[in-house]
Amino acid sequence: MMMALLRRLGQTVFVLFGISALVFLVFFATPGADPTARIAGRNASPQTMEKVRQEYGFNRPLPVQYATMMKKLFITQDLASYVDRGELVVPEIARAAPVTVSLVCGAAIIWVVLSITMGTVAAAMKGTWIDRGLMMLGLVGISMPVFWLGQVTNLITQSRYHDTWLFSWVPGLGYVPLTENPWGWFKALVIPWVVLAIMFIGIYSRVLRADLVALSGEDFMRTARAKGLSPTRVLLRHGLRTSMITFVSLFGLDFAQLVGGGALLTEVVFGLPGVGRLTYQALTNLDLPLIMATVMYSAVFVVLANAVVDILYLFLDPRVRDAR
Amino acid sequence: MPADTPRSNPTSSAPLLVVQDLCVSFPSRGRMIPIVEHVSFTLGERDILGLVGESGSGKSVTAMALMGLIDSPGVQITGSALFRGQELVGLPQKQLRRLRGREIAMIFQDPMTAFTPVYTIGWQIDEQIRAHERLSRKQARARTVSLLAEMGVPDPARTADRYPHQLSGGLRQRAMIAMALSCNPSLLIADEPTTALDVTVQAQILELIRSLRSTYGSSVLLITHDMGVVAETCDTTLVLYSGRVAETGPTEALFAHPGHPYTAALLASIPPLDGPRPHRLPAIAGAPPAPLERPAGCAFAPRCTYVHASCLPAPPPPLVPTGSDTMIVQRTVTDTSSLESVDPTDQTRPCTTTHNTLTEQSFSETTISRPTQLSACVLPAEGTPLPPGLKNTVPAPGEAVTTTQILSPPTSSASGGPQL
Amino acid sequence: MTRPSSAPEQHMPTPPATAPQASASASASASASASASASARPLLEVRDVRKIYHLPRGQTLKAVDGISLSVMPGEVLGLVGESGCGKSTLGRCLLRLTDVSSGQILFEGQEITHLNERTMRPLRQRMQMVFQDSYASLNPRRRIGDLIAEPLRVHPGPDGRKRSRASIMARLHELMDLVSLPATALDRYAHEFSGGQRQRINIARALALSPRLVVADEPVSALDVSVQAQIVNLFADLQDRLGLTYVFVAHDLAVVRQISTRVAVMYLGAVVELGETDAVLHHPAHPYSAALTAAVPRTVVGAVRAAPLGGDIPSPVARPAGCRFHTRCPFVQNRCRMEEPALHTVRPGHSVACHFPLSGG
Repeated sequence: MMMALLRRLGQTVFVLFGISALVFLVFFATPGADPTARIAGRNASPQTMEKVRQEYGFNRPLPVQYATMMKKLFITQDLASYVDRGELVVPEIARAAPVTVSLVCGAAIIWVVLSITMGTVAAAMKGTWIDRGLMMLGLVGISMPVFWLGQVTNLITQSRYHDTWLFSWVPGLGYVPLTENPWGWFKALVIPWVVLAIMFIGIYSRVLRADLVALSGEDFMRTARAKGLSPTRVLLRHGLRTSMITFVSLFGLDFAQLVGGGALLTEVVFGLPGVGRLTYQALTNLDLPLIMATVMYSAVFVVLANAVVDILYLFLDPRVRDAR
Repeated sequence: MPADTPRSNPTSSAPLLVVQDLCVSFPSRGRMIPIVEHVSFTLGERDILGLVGESGSGKSVTAMALMGLIDSPGVQITGSALFRGQELVGLPQKQLRRLRGREIAMIFQDPMTAFTPVYTIGWQIDEQIRAHERLSRKQARARTVSLLAEMGVPDPARTADRYPHQLSGGLRQRAMIAMALSCNPSLLIADEPTTALDVTVQAQILELIRSLRSTYGSSVLLITHDMGVVAETCDTTLVLYSGRVAETGPTEALFAHPGHPYTAALLASIPPLDGPRPHRLPAIAGAPPAPLERPAGCAFAPRCTYVHASCLPAPPPPLVPTGSDTMIVQRTVTDTSSLESVDPTDQTRPCTTTHNTLTEQSFSETTISRPTQLSACVLPAEGTPLPPGLKNTVPAPGEAVTTTQILSPPTSSASGGPQL
Repeated sequence: MTRPSSAPEQHMPTPPATAPQASASASASASASASASASARPLLEVRDVRKIYHLPRGQTLKAVDGISLSVMPGEVLGLVGESGCGKSTLGRCLLRLTDVSSGQILFEGQEITHLNERTMRPLRQRMQMVFQDSYASLNPRRRIGDLIAEPLRVHPGPDGRKRSRASIMARLHELMDLVSLPATALDRYAHEFSGGQRQRINIARALALSPRLVVADEPVSALDVSVQAQIVNLFADLQDRLGLTYVFVAHDLAVVRQISTRVAVMYLGAVVELGETDAVLHHPAHPYSAALTAAVPRTVVGAVRAAPLGGDIPSPVARPAGCRFHTRCPFVQNRCRMEEPALHTVRPGHSVACHFPLSGG
């Protein structure tokens, strides 16, 4: 067990190093993209350029620059943005993370519950119009782009129909911290949750249905039926339980990349100051320290989520338990 | 008719299962493809009946039909299967479910894939017990452990807590049998129970299955492709070929004097383990036909050395008594409704591509004193010369005969070897 | 050559150090007229071959655990045993389809154990394999003719030059004739054939380059009973006709008996008994061979059978110490639990790895 943990830790460090080095090289060592010029602004005098270069260490070799940045990011945590002078990036991310986590967790609950329900019902009713209807619905969900859907809901709930009884409760765009006002937090997030979840409901319900239908041909499902169990029990206890193995691995990765900033579009559309929006801003300004910080944050989450999925596997699949 | 045998079978008072004219057809591209055609047999209490056949012979489909486990859309099951007097064909799923696992249990070929991988063996056996009986978890587990012990599983309490993949093939199959027997069913359907096992373990499991009739009073319907397994295990044997009964009878008589050329050829083609070793095996040419290409007449005709003109046209040959000591008297009764033993409406119900010749003949019930050997071939058994006038009229390969193959190897290749 | 008794008996109880071993055991060869053609030199020889797989948690699986045997030209060596006995792994090792962990493999007297793919290539023409799954070994998207012609296109002809189209075509027809398939089969695809026909195609492909040695791994076990005999006969006919040498791997004792001159019974990675087919099967010296033979269901009703062997085959990962069969052996003694028996000769041409060989054998 100890060995496994150590190995996992080593992997994490290796992955983080690889990603950070790659990002650093792409933004820093690319010829023609002198960060000094960017920071100093257009038409800066050579003196200013030199000053900036000194301040940020751009005159030193790349490995040293990289090491300095990593040290400032992880150890002293005083890495400052190049664009907003003096703004420290680590606290900035720490402020944005709860917003993203709130958004993604809420959406995840919605999409897991709904997709399991839809997928299972569709599999149970295989071939009927209910099955076909649900799967069509899922397809519609997949094909609607998040930003478009977000804009449309905003249009409806914020302006056109805002004053009707139906949407008058909808607060303006933005985020309310949970600790400040839980009800306000909920109201501010419920529409973003649904919008973000819709695509995943579509994907997950279709995947789950396909998996359940494939499983229904398995020998053990036949055994379960031959035991005289009810169709519901066969489907839920034997089919769905086994399908969860695939479901969880899919979920772990999607969840991680969303928490890591993948919900960018939703955050931008709904004006939520989350990590995704931060990444978006950093990219538009080519703010290297911030990019580095958000990418690292995202990588940590993906690696972490992978570890969590692996542990969940141990619970879900006894075969994996013995294989290690 | 096989229908008559149960009532006169001295070894059992009342038959447990009487299958009459069972047909199973699956829809394919707008037409019904008969997979099982007019299969009839009777299984007495504490009997072991072997259903033997090659792939595509319909043996597994027959079992699944009896269990009501075929749920593909559009499937058509006709005929009758009386289990303790209760009709299984057409029984609503809800009632079937009450029978499944409790009265009729099934064990499968591959015990690895037949258990749900994510639950322990014990959990799965408990589940079946609790599905049919009001027992607490504890009581159910106690029975599970004692069942496993009776099946010869070492350290049953701990084995119950293990997952399927943690057990060896033999242990898994023992656990599977324990699960099947957990509600004391009167009929056990074993679908290729030893095919996935090693031969030394197969011997153990076959012995266990044989012992069940005395310890549990179970009747067993054993489905297999292995003639050796049948010979060692079953009281009665039913040979299926391409969805039809080729031959049925007491195992001993059937193996000693096969009445159907297919049975005879099959037995002859199995390499012997004892005695002199033939330089060449008497092989059967070709391969079993696919259901779509099943010949209209005798299904075995294209591969049969004794084939003659009358084997080829439409109605497949009916089952007729064979064997020297048969005491059946043939009666030329065409009206089946005169037989009280079976529901006449069921018997006249046609299969999808009806040529129900079985209904054209029937045999007196009174004179039978033992289970009889019946064969779907009107020719004498292997070895005896063909009756005068009957010529071996095999059409040239690929001519009139339908086989599964687009190319069937020349008859000589299999029976006489490639020309050198 | 006529099959049953023609092949000289040749055994290697212990891994020999040098080559003269072959001539030494040749003296044991039981006359047999036709065997004159068989040179004293074995076609294939394996010496103390091991194949060890390393599993997680530092476990090791000794799939093949120190096997020595030789195959004389023109004979059929049957490898029998139950799952996990290593018979298929050994079969692959023989053709270098799997690299061995230690030991030597000699083909036509030449050591091939460490040849690389390029130097192995000319030898591959003379050693071929037929697999169990006739369907998986044929590419479903290519015509049968292409599949069989592939080795002919890759390997140069006997004159050392690339084969011409016409000569390949002629060879294809010859091969189809050899396995009794019509020439029209060449233009069809694998899914259009039955299992037996596909196995004929596989055999044709294996024979395309006129190999001397064919290793057949369970070639009939996936086939219908009524088709098995055809393929077994085909193997026998081809051997008679082309003077082939087979290593025939199978779990079905009856099939192995039908085809083999000699039989090696394997258990958990080792050969426990080796000898002429009927000697091993009818007068086994090893309790495992005896139990294996007894366990096969006979097609004779009322045949008396011995009590089946108890217990399960131990996992090859946790192989019992001492004699590997001692956990299931009805005649186990203390010595068996401590000391591993070596394969030793009990009679000319019949060797067994047992401390207390059955006397009836």
